[in-house]
Amino acid sequence: MAVHTSGQSVAKAAEPGRARGRRRDTAGAPGRFRRALSTHWYAWTMVAPVVIVIGVIIGYPLVRGVYLSLTNANERNVERSIGVNHLPATYEFVGLDNYTDALTGSQFLGTLGWTLVWTVSCVAVTFGLGLALANILNRRIAGRSFYRMMLILPWAVPGFVSVFAWRFLYNEDNGLLNKLLAGGGIDAVPWLNDPTWAKFSVIAVNVWLGVPFMMVALLGGLQSIPGELYEAAEMDGANAWQRFRNITMPGLRSVSTTVVLLSTIWTFNMFPVIFLLTRGGPGEATQILVTQAYKFSFEISPRDFAQSSTWGVLILVLLMVFAAVYQRVLRKQGETW
Amino acid sequence: MTTTNIPANAPARGRRSPLASAALHLTLLVASVIAVFPVLWVLLTSLKPASYATTTDFVKETTLENYTKLLEDTEFLTWFGNSLLVAGLTTVLGVFVAATTGYAVSRFRFPGKRGLMWTLLITQMFPVAVLIVPIYNIMSNLGLLNEPAGLVITYLTIAVPFCAWMMKGFFDTIPREIDESGQVDGLTPFGTFWRLILPLAKPGIAVTAFYSFITAWGEVAYASAFMVGDENLTLAGGLQKFVNQYGAQWGPMTAASVLIAIPAAIVFLFAQRHLVTGVSAGAVKG
Repeated sequence: MAVHTSGQSVAKAAEPGRARGRRRDTAGAPGRFRRALSTHWYAWTMVAPVVIVIGVIIGYPLVRGVYLSLTNANERNVERSIGVNHLPATYEFVGLDNYTDALTGSQFLGTLGWTLVWTVSCVAVTFGLGLALANILNRRIAGRSFYRMMLILPWAVPGFVSVFAWRFLYNEDNGLLNKLLAGGGIDAVPWLNDPTWAKFSVIAVNVWLGVPFMMVALLGGLQSIPGELYEAAEMDGANAWQRFRNITMPGLRSVSTTVVLLSTIWTFNMFPVIFLLTRGGPGEATQILVTQAYKFSFEISPRDFAQSSTWGVLILVLLMVFAAVYQRVLRKQGETW
Repeated sequence: MTTTNIPANAPARGRRSPLASAALHLTLLVASVIAVFPVLWVLLTSLKPASYATTTDFVKETTLENYTKLLEDTEFLTWFGNSLLVAGLTTVLGVFVAATTGYAVSRFRFPGKRGLMWTLLITQMFPVAVLIVPIYNIMSNLGLLNEPAGLVITYLTIAVPFCAWMMKGFFDTIPREIDESGQVDGLTPFGTFWRLILPLAKPGIAVTAFYSFITAWGEVAYASAFMVGDENLTLAGGLQKFVNQYGAQWGPMTAASVLIAIPAAIVFLFAQRHLVTGVSAGAVKG
């Protein structure tokens, strides 16, 4: 898939290149070919470190991961050393069995369903709140930088620390939230111990973590929209909603398409929130694909490397398809990316 | 616009009724409280004696007991050192390896550029799940599990594509005229990069470095899987020791949280203006 896309992109990229070449033609520069060659030589040398590093520490494990997903590898049959004895690998190639198992069984599809609900609701709520706050902060309002500073705080604190802070607040017996509710005469809420509440709670924490980035990014986008546009629209009698709809929204397009894409990918793969808040529990209620794959290889016995890799590859394929479709839709709408 | 008596030539924009202003302030206040409160509450709790950790009082018998106990009785400083070492090495290596690539994709058109850009983008959406097992097995065969070096190599899988992508965004903001002037003066592309562009890009490089440091500092999955045994843990693993399925020691947990968060948060608030510019500039201008 990647090859296909990049081939197409190269074809597209050639167009501006040609345009530039033509400009140089009119300048009539001799030795253009040789100069281009030497430029490429430099460029290739410059990108070589990254290409090599990516090839060795990402490419090779990726290939191995894909291979593992086609085997029945687990903790007991991979190559390993026990004391002085070195045991060779005894796992076997099983073809696409792992994939058919995953795609026909209910566990993968069930987890995928919740992962989609989790991703869509997190991104939608985060984007909505971020957009609203960015719009407010973009107005002339007293104490703007103070508010901005406060609102950014959740982003500034390392994620795993915040997640523990929330676990502290959510604690069923003596967490602050339930004590406050008890003060109001409301029964304790099983924030992390009831499947439905736990789903709500993990989404709330992820939104809390994600809003600052969204807000700052969208605020940057808002500030780059020239004020004259609004003035002109007002002259023409556009009301607040029309200005928002016809100036703000188009002005925010490129920023928001980027942050939505990033945020979707990050949320889909959001390991720490789920892992540290609920470990996927209660039962498997809040388990997303990534945490479940992690569980296969590190938390169950014997560790099931093959199934974990299978899920990993499936997650990657899903995300790549999503990104490709997303870019294609944007391109159809005239985005130049 | 409900306000009356606007001078004829004053811009109407920005005028609000007092009611609307109050509503805006109220919204911002509520949002700020929600944003700050969990962090503030951890700070307040860390200053209470451990036995009162779950009381609802804001302040109770303020003491630094949690901090002294944390530093004396637990491996906190070791974990802190491990995290510092791993995140620091990852950052230095990541930036070092990725810098020239960021420059090359920002400035040159060359065969394979689009493919490389796609690779950089796609590697950033790699789920932990697809690499963790093979890397775990490879590290295990190389004897690098439980070693900081193993974790650094693993983190480079995240840091290198990210740094390259982000630095491209920063190099894009440096005018090409500077490169051209370098070429006129007879500098090679490497010379231009090293003598002209790199000094100008220092702020961007600092932000990239900071961001990849924070990412490594807060990474949970690889650290939890690869590092076991009290003295090898990083902070993300160490904190899990305090709060697990068997119970929670909120006293040391909150104290540790504060010590981890404060330095990060201070630097972050200074750097954050540039963070978004880097990420979105790199992505938007593809």
